[in-house]
Amino acid sequence: MTIDMSQFYQVFFEESAELLGEMERLLLELDVDAPGKDELNAIFRTAHSIKGGAGTFGFNEITETTHILESLLDKLRNDQLRLKSEMVDVFLKAVDVLKMQLAGRQSGSEVDAQAVADICQRLHELADGKPAAPVAAAPAAVAPVAAMTAVKAAPGASAPTALDPAPVDPSPENLYAILTGAAVSAAAVAAASPPDAEAFGLFAETPVQPGDADVPRRRATDAAAEAAPKTGRRAGDRAEAAEASSIRVGVEKVDQLINLVGELVITQAMLAQTASRVDPVLYESLMNGLATLERNTRDLQESVMSIRMMPISFVFSRFPRVVRDLAAKLSKQVELKTVGEGTELDKGLIEKIADPLNHLVRNSLDHGIETPDKRVAAGKDPKGTITLRAFHQGGNIIVEVADDGAGLSRARILAKARERGLAVSDDMPDQDVWQMIFEAGFSTADVVTDVSGRGVGMDVVRRNIHGMGGSIEISSLLGSGTCISIRLPLTLAILDGMSVGVGKEIFIIPLTYIIESLQPAPGDIKTISGQGRVVQVRGEYLPVVALHEKFNLKSNVADMDKGIMVILESEGAKTALFVDELVGQHQVVIKSLETNYRKAQGISGATIMGDGKVALILDVGALVRLSKPELLKAA
Amino acid sequence: MTQVVEAGAAGSSAAVKAGHAAAAAGGMAREFLTFRLGEEEYGIDILKVQEIRGYEAVTAIANTPSFIKGVINLRGTIIPIVDMRIKFNLGNVEYNIFTVVIILNVAGRIVGMVVDSVSDVISLSAEQMRPAPSFAAGLDTQYIMGLGTVDSRMLILADIEKLMTSSDMALTDMAVQ
Repeated sequence: MTIDMSQFYQVFFEESAELLGEMERLLLELDVDAPGKDELNAIFRTAHSIKGGAGTFGFNEITETTHILESLLDKLRNDQLRLKSEMVDVFLKAVDVLKMQLAGRQSGSEVDAQAVADICQRLHELADGKPAAPVAAAPAAVAPVAAMTAVKAAPGASAPTALDPAPVDPSPENLYAILTGAAVSAAAVAAASPPDAEAFGLFAETPVQPGDADVPRRRATDAAAEAAPKTGRRAGDRAEAAEASSIRVGVEKVDQLINLVGELVITQAMLAQTASRVDPVLYESLMNGLATLERNTRDLQESVMSIRMMPISFVFSRFPRVVRDLAAKLSKQVELKTVGEGTELDKGLIEKIADPLNHLVRNSLDHGIETPDKRVAAGKDPKGTITLRAFHQGGNIIVEVADDGAGLSRARILAKARERGLAVSDDMPDQDVWQMIFEAGFSTADVVTDVSGRGVGMDVVRRNIHGMGGSIEISSLLGSGTCISIRLPLTLAILDGMSVGVGKEIFIIPLTYIIESLQPAPGDIKTISGQGRVVQVRGEYLPVVALHEKFNLKSNVADMDKGIMVILESEGAKTALFVDELVGQHQVVIKSLETNYRKAQGISGATIMGDGKVALILDVGALVRLSKPELLKAA
Repeated sequence: MTQVVEAGAAGSSAAVKAGHAAAAAGGMAREFLTFRLGEEEYGIDILKVQEIRGYEAVTAIANTPSFIKGVINLRGTIIPIVDMRIKFNLGNVEYNIFTVVIILNVAGRIVGMVVDSVSDVISLSAEQMRPAPSFAAGLDTQYIMGLGTVDSRMLILADIEKLMTSSDMALTDMAVQ
């Protein structure tokens, strides 16, 4: 009896994706000159597992590729071959090829057979100990050579001839050997920059050369000592995390659980509402029971929410590779730092934030960080730094992409905006100027590369972030750098909100956007050009958005000074929302409108109140954005 | 009556509609829920109907067409309610205890529609179904699967799934994009 294997395919694909990710991570962290036995074994095991799985399902091309990879890894871990840094590059390329082959099997996408053949041949050559053919090793060798030519233009007539790639075996070790024959100062600089150019601070790499000078060794070992504890520590953390037992659970089951807990919260709210009308003294034990129920429900809710939370390291982990490849391609020196990798956020958000972050990092690399000579000329360290930081703040998670590059040029952005006919004024606050780069088709790049510059990406990034219910802020200083900060709600399901009444309807405003609410004095509300209205709050003039006007409702309140102004802040801008009254503060379960209906303007979702009626949750970001053009037009 | 219908139908479109009705029928009887809108009686595939409710507690959504009344809470799910009487300018539009809402499950979405009244569930065999005329009353002919005859009643058999997911109804984001 034949068993239908296709039902197991999905598990194989998921596990192989994880294994390839693990292999890539291990390869990036590998110390080329002193590769740890454990790490080599771990890499071998990932290749072996993928081979086994592929063999079970008859994916022969994957089995072949992994078999060659495995044999080479076997030789390395048995000390039959010595690890070279170009091997790591070939392995990383092999990982890419395997990803392509897996995708081909999983979704039928095209597999470049030539690339597969190339990588297999390269792996064979390495296994036989042949030196790198210039074609395959070119990208890896070009970066250090380029860095060295830049630095070594001044010293030594012997140096330039040694750098001719063609007659010389371009593997880094041989180049170091040649260069240490040159002046000590040249060797010192040479030794210092290649680890940077190739390793970006991620490798604890010390160049191995016969008879090297003390100075380069000391500087290199300092770098190695500093990097080693970091990699050692990280390897230790990961090993622990891998050992902690876990269960693979389908996302649908978790979502079902979250829905049920959501229903429980709503039911508990209904009970609380009914009980509030009852004499508390007479039914004391009932009240106590309900209070305990509320506590238990809240705890249960928090636990269940946390099941879907995953550390953001899942997203950050792909960036070392991206930065490494891109920096090599652009001939820039970049170090990637990550802070707050353990910060957790909802799984749904993790998947959605990967693309925007990818675009922002690529932008930083392409436009932000300058080339090493420009940086040196500006008095900066030739190696630029990109920092990815994540942390919790209030009910949100903030993810920052910061670089110490050239910063945004206010003048160029304003000029470009004028060119495109956008409404700008010279004394616009910086925040508003920076937000202009999100306009579709906006780019101040002189040259469009295949990385960026076309003006398409930022628009999509902002749309995606808003689609997640988040906001994006930019701060920048010309010459110093730029920091782009993304704020996202912690969970997609539950919200602390304030309910407000307008006419007969009730709306919910997420608490995180509310700064304060006040009843304006009659003289505080002023009109501008007879069109827009502003309210004066402690010396500041804030634009007024009247909710009943925006939603075509009949307000119960005659004059604005008899209602309530709720001051909201989003994306650095403040707005005053005019409503009839404040009703209360609740924790509400967010229900999606889009499941059965579609996205409504100004509304981010709906919830069910204690009396069973539906209340709409306001999309504060959209409302704030709506208020801006009014003011700009009026101004 | 048969002659009138056949004479009125244009050649190719009648053939297409007849083929469609026949194919849909599959030679077996199909069950239709019948309801009234104004003076007309409509029939929709019973398999698309989830339940029938009264009309209550609808939360309005701003800046939507007038026939989209808003959303309601159906045992924890938020679903939109459309009023077919407003959409097709039929019947007396009032909301009282007799107002009926048919909850449909079409194309993976749950939608409610307000009608004047609901009659019964009828089985129609292929012989009882006729191709639709190429002119239309309130409903665009592309949504009419055919005409059903039961005793002296004429039922307009509507493809409710196609209607609800069309851009006319503005219920899905397809309409926006």
